[in-house]
Amino acid sequence: MLSRTAEHLFWMARHIERAENMARMLDVTFRMRLLPASINQPIEPWAQPWAVPLITTGTASAFYALYKELNANNVLEFMVSNLENPSSIANCLKHARENARTVRGTITSEMWESLNSTWMEFGNPGPEILETTRLGEYFEHVKQRSHMFRGVTVGTALRDESFFFTRLGTFLERADNTARILDVKYHILLPSPQDVGGAQDHYQWGSLLRSVSAFEAYRKIYRDTIHPRKVAELLILRRDMPRSLRHCATEIYSMLGRILGNTGHEALRKAGDLNARLEFGRIEDIFSSGLHEYLIDFLDRTGELGAEIHQEFFASTNLEMRLA
Amino acid sequence: MAYDELHGANGTTHPAYRAYTEWLAEVPPEMLQQKRLEADLLFRRLGITFAVYGDESGLERAIPFDIIPRIISAKAWETVGKGCIQRVKALNMFLHDVYHNQDIVKAGIIPEEQILSNPAYRPEMKGIDLPGNVYAHVAGVDVVKVSDDEFYVLEDNLRTPSGVSYMLENRRMMMRLFPDLFSKIQVAPVEHYSDMLLKSLQAVAPASRSSMPVAVLLTPGAFNSAYFEHAFLAQQMGIELVEGQDLFVKNAVVYMRTTEGPQRVDVIYRRLDDDFLDPLAFRSDSMLGVAGLLSACKAGNVTLANAIGTGVADDKSTYVYVPEMIRFYLSEEPILSNVPTFRLSRPDDLCYVLAKLPELVVKEVQGSGGYGMLVGPKSTEKEIEEFRKRILANPNNYIAQPTLALSTCPTLVDEGVAPRHVDLRPYVITGQEVSVVPGGLTRVALREGSLVVNSSQGGGTKDTWVLEADAC
Repeated sequence: MLSRTAEHLFWMARHIERAENMARMLDVTFRMRLLPASINQPIEPWAQPWAVPLITTGTASAFYALYKELNANNVLEFMVSNLENPSSIANCLKHARENARTVRGTITSEMWESLNSTWMEFGNPGPEILETTRLGEYFEHVKQRSHMFRGVTVGTALRDESFFFTRLGTFLERADNTARILDVKYHILLPSPQDVGGAQDHYQWGSLLRSVSAFEAYRKIYRDTIHPRKVAELLILRRDMPRSLRHCATEIYSMLGRILGNTGHEALRKAGDLNARLEFGRIEDIFSSGLHEYLIDFLDRTGELGAEIHQEFFASTNLEMRLA
Repeated sequence: MAYDELHGANGTTHPAYRAYTEWLAEVPPEMLQQKRLEADLLFRRLGITFAVYGDESGLERAIPFDIIPRIISAKAWETVGKGCIQRVKALNMFLHDVYHNQDIVKAGIIPEEQILSNPAYRPEMKGIDLPGNVYAHVAGVDVVKVSDDEFYVLEDNLRTPSGVSYMLENRRMMMRLFPDLFSKIQVAPVEHYSDMLLKSLQAVAPASRSSMPVAVLLTPGAFNSAYFEHAFLAQQMGIELVEGQDLFVKNAVVYMRTTEGPQRVDVIYRRLDDDFLDPLAFRSDSMLGVAGLLSACKAGNVTLANAIGTGVADDKSTYVYVPEMIRFYLSEEPILSNVPTFRLSRPDDLCYVLAKLPELVVKEVQGSGGYGMLVGPKSTEKEIEEFRKRILANPNNYIAQPTLALSTCPTLVDEGVAPRHVDLRPYVITGQEVSVVPGGLTRVALREGSLVVNSSQGGGTKDTWVLEADAC
């Protein structure tokens, strides 16, 4: 398949997945605001509820370049509809659609129609969308449309390279997002490992689980009150949890294995390494060496894997050299 | 007075429209307006759009689609279809001749300078043999109907004619909106166009590569106004849609950059103008082309469709010679007539045209898309005087024709069903043989009285129905 086509497919999937994760993160922060102040009390001064989405996405400095004050309305506008923020939901939907448009001859018409109509309906939200009564509905729509796109992809696409590159984008983006959400929340919620229990924990950890649709799964698996260690285990090591790092790494490894041809050996090795670390990792070891350190290392590795994928499949500069 | 296709010359309903008008009479007007909205919504959701150059918003627009079909009898189509095929055959022979012996010049039919001084003439193509001697693999012949069985050819588009995706999508849309109509009326199908095109592209692959040739469609990119069409056709044919950056030439062989490494390319259906094809041979500032493409072409390692240099045959000053070409190369009489045309490079013609400007249509020799033309009867005195100055500055650059009464067809407008002017572009494909799908793209001038059908100038399209058999 054309390198450029593969790259567009990869980013099409990453952008719609990113839009969904943004909506998830913001939705949970937004709902937390409805709880009493005692529960919302920040433990660390930097951990104002509305600073968290900025820190998670690494967009705090971009935010302060555009806004003076950190408040709910500004953060929401910045992350939902501001077109100057490259990761705003509006921009993610736009980029997903632009990438799809470029490769519309390669994807199924259902995939194209799904991203095109999502962008037409939700890609340019006006100021009224930020009203309390409508915001939740908006996030719900964005999530639904992302689900729909994935469903349409799985349900209509031929299982060829274009499908594998699309799925590769989905899971690489999701792995990155889950790791970031976990890292930031963990930082805020757990200044010292002994500090557990209480209503605040219940709601805070509960909200983290909800943001990755894992609340019910947690109850089902652990049949227990919410313990940070178990939450981390669920979101890092559980293979059966579709947004966990392990699940994403397994999918990435499997997709790269199916793409593998003359090219992609180093990307596959890196993905295999990442997958093995999760497959044979133990939560005790992760905690003893530090969860934050573990997650930062994971983010570095997925970043390198992304660069490797780019180098081997998309960057065309080396192709002419390879010609015998 | 323009010919009306519904009422014919004598004011009664034309037999080709009889079954349709019976159906139309029973349909409530609200239903039509509702179907019209539905079509608009569908086109938008499907993203069947074109980009308008100079539109700052950068958004694409849906081309207006009229839900009332334009109906052509089987008998009338026989004339048009055969006439277009005949024309394209002669034009391909002319192109081969231009770049080889120039017999037609030697015979004194076309003056040498008409060819050599034409900006679209490409000396680089001289003496190069192409597979099957085909130059214009895809041609769009614009015709207008002027009476029951009389058609005129307005122009031959032999470079990168567009619009065929609308022909195909319009039919799909009509079948979706009015399935019952298709069971009542037997309409000749058009869906096999992409198969025909693919077959023809494969048939013109370089001889050494003819077992499983790799064809690609070369597009200027997602910001080109016809990008939808490029993506659509590539998908329909199951070939890669490539941009210049996806291809490279090594040792006069073309490769595309794939995730598996370089893959050889044999046929390029290019939707990029000659000027931009190869920065080494033509415009050096082109970012859209492929360096070395001409050399690969000359070495016979790749086939371009259409070939480089076809513009020399579809220019409006060459147009006047087409009937002579048909007689010269095919020893046949032209089936379709040309519109009488004045060449302003001739002093007599210039003199006449300048005196009659308010009655004539004046066009730039190289212009397209309805830009740079004067429609005398529709222009103000001031516009005419301004155009007069432009003509006088460079008479060679213009031709003039009598304002042709484009026929009218029933069209759904805000006020109901009313006649609007239309033209027709059948698409002629040349590979091993020359063929044309029944019908083509009907463009309609949606404004009352307007004769400009170009989509860039507010025109729309209709589905074109060629009847399988005429009612007695």
